[in-house]
Amino acid sequence: MSANLINLLIEATLQTLYMVAISGAIGTLFGLPIGVYLAVSQRGELLSSPWVNKVLGLIVNATRSVPFIILVVAIIPFTRLIAGTSIGTSAAIVPLTIAAVPFIARLVENAIREVDSGLIEAARAMGATPLQIIRKVLIPEALPGITLGLTLALVSLIGYSAMVGAVGGEGLGDLGIRYGYQRFMPEVMLAVVVILIVLVQLVQSLGEGLARLVDKRAPRNRGR
Amino acid sequence: MADVQTSGAAITFDKLGKSFEKKGSGQVMALEDVNLDVAPGTITGIIGRSGAGKSTLLRMVNGLEQPTAGTVTVAGHDVGRADAAELRRIRREVGMIFQHFNLLSSRTVYGNVALPLEIAGVPGAEIKRRVNDLIGRVGLEQFSNRYPAELSGGQKQRVGIARALATQPKVLLSDEATSALDPETTQTVLKLLADINRDLGLTILLITHEMAVVRDIASHVAVIDGGKIVEAGSTYEVFADPKHPTTRSFLSGITGITLPSFIAGKLQAERPQGDSQEVIRITFAGTHATDPMLAKLTSELGIPVNILAGAIEEIGPHPFGNLLVSVEADRGAEARAYLDRHDLLTEVLGYVG
Repeated sequence: MSANLINLLIEATLQTLYMVAISGAIGTLFGLPIGVYLAVSQRGELLSSPWVNKVLGLIVNATRSVPFIILVVAIIPFTRLIAGTSIGTSAAIVPLTIAAVPFIARLVENAIREVDSGLIEAARAMGATPLQIIRKVLIPEALPGITLGLTLALVSLIGYSAMVGAVGGEGLGDLGIRYGYQRFMPEVMLAVVVILIVLVQLVQSLGEGLARLVDKRAPRNRGR
Repeated sequence: MADVQTSGAAITFDKLGKSFEKKGSGQVMALEDVNLDVAPGTITGIIGRSGAGKSTLLRMVNGLEQPTAGTVTVAGHDVGRADAAELRRIRREVGMIFQHFNLLSSRTVYGNVALPLEIAGVPGAEIKRRVNDLIGRVGLEQFSNRYPAELSGGQKQRVGIARALATQPKVLLSDEATSALDPETTQTVLKLLADINRDLGLTILLITHEMAVVRDIASHVAVIDGGKIVEAGSTYEVFADPKHPTTRSFLSGITGITLPSFIAGKLQAERPQGDSQEVIRITFAGTHATDPMLAKLTSELGIPVNILAGAIEEIGPHPFGNLLVSVEADRGAEARAYLDRHDLLTEVLGYVG
């Protein structure tokens, strides 16, 4: 493989990481509070508000039902509004983020709902406000689950990021299509696949390690 | 504890009722016309079977449940009518411990005890001082940095107790706090609660389905059945002279006072034809508990007595005994009259042929 190709691979890897990192970060910024709200606004919960919950749930579901490649194209006007352009790697972050938010929200919601309701009752009995319960009880207790959820979301984003070539986004997926497929360079395709596998493995192990670190639910050796 | 604790507060239930809307079956009355005065500084046990409404009753004291009729008053606050902010203030004066401890798995022992103080906005230095004090009080100094998953059930409940005391409450609510613990651990936790009651003077209201818990630490007891309080009074009086069948059945659950099965199987309510024995429950209370009354019955009246089962224990400072005996049915009335004259309580349980 020529030095030129290796440079292309490195560049594409960095572009993929850039897109995934930014969309993951912004996705979490919005997805986390939405997920928490989805969990606590259910009927009978802390901030019970069944109607708002239902509407929000519908929006989340609707966004999640659209196949990513369709979403990318469908929201081009919105992308142009946000990013100034609808073409390129930075512009591709917009649809990636739009896809990440509802996904992360659902994962966070599930993690929060796993928290033992007895803990909420204990906190209420202490005189905690709903916001204090969310900050001091729900999020810390759900942190292992949230961490695993975010790991899953990042892995999915790596996959999605391979499709943004459709709107001129670059990165590993785009490189694989343009060189590996369209220029008949199987060695590039192979390299792209291997790098993607390694990336996913890394994110997965890192996420699981982090989740274990914050999970105090099972006894362990005290060699911390 | 370094702080001088303000003493306990009174709790008053006045014509309290709670009904739930249940799908399919309409209104379900969980509690009906509950009247009960809990004096400051006492330990009061509310005993009832599961579903009797005792948990609902306890949760109305700190507003986790709202009454649908009547009032609950704690330290002068009408809990049912308090707005959200006042309710949070009341809750800081009412600590609560739980059957399943409800500790945060993500926080250490120290962090769990500190939580109510963080919530109350107590400054950091003050939190540190108080938390270390409390952890010492419940004997967990060496476990301060452990997580709940690394503790035994008894240790977890000690953390729960320390946490409940953190905001220096006037009332401590205990929701089946020993039901998930083995008998030995139960004793140490009950002793801790009794010590806290004595040292800090706070009012303890506990719910349980075990009469032994009431016997061991409660000065007062209320028996709840089908959403109503069927009997209430000092533990000693209720134990010595239980009026309601539910109370009696709870009492027969504590050691030594159930009929041996070979007799229980033959017991009949009506006296049969021919020779038979009358089975009597005798309750010894007060000074007579240690008198040899049965020996006197035989020597003075010449009535032979079969002892079937019995136990003598203490409720607070009072000795208290229960005996199940049988005498010839022909002389049963005579024997009971004699015992009644000597201030012993008797009850005919049935006859065996």
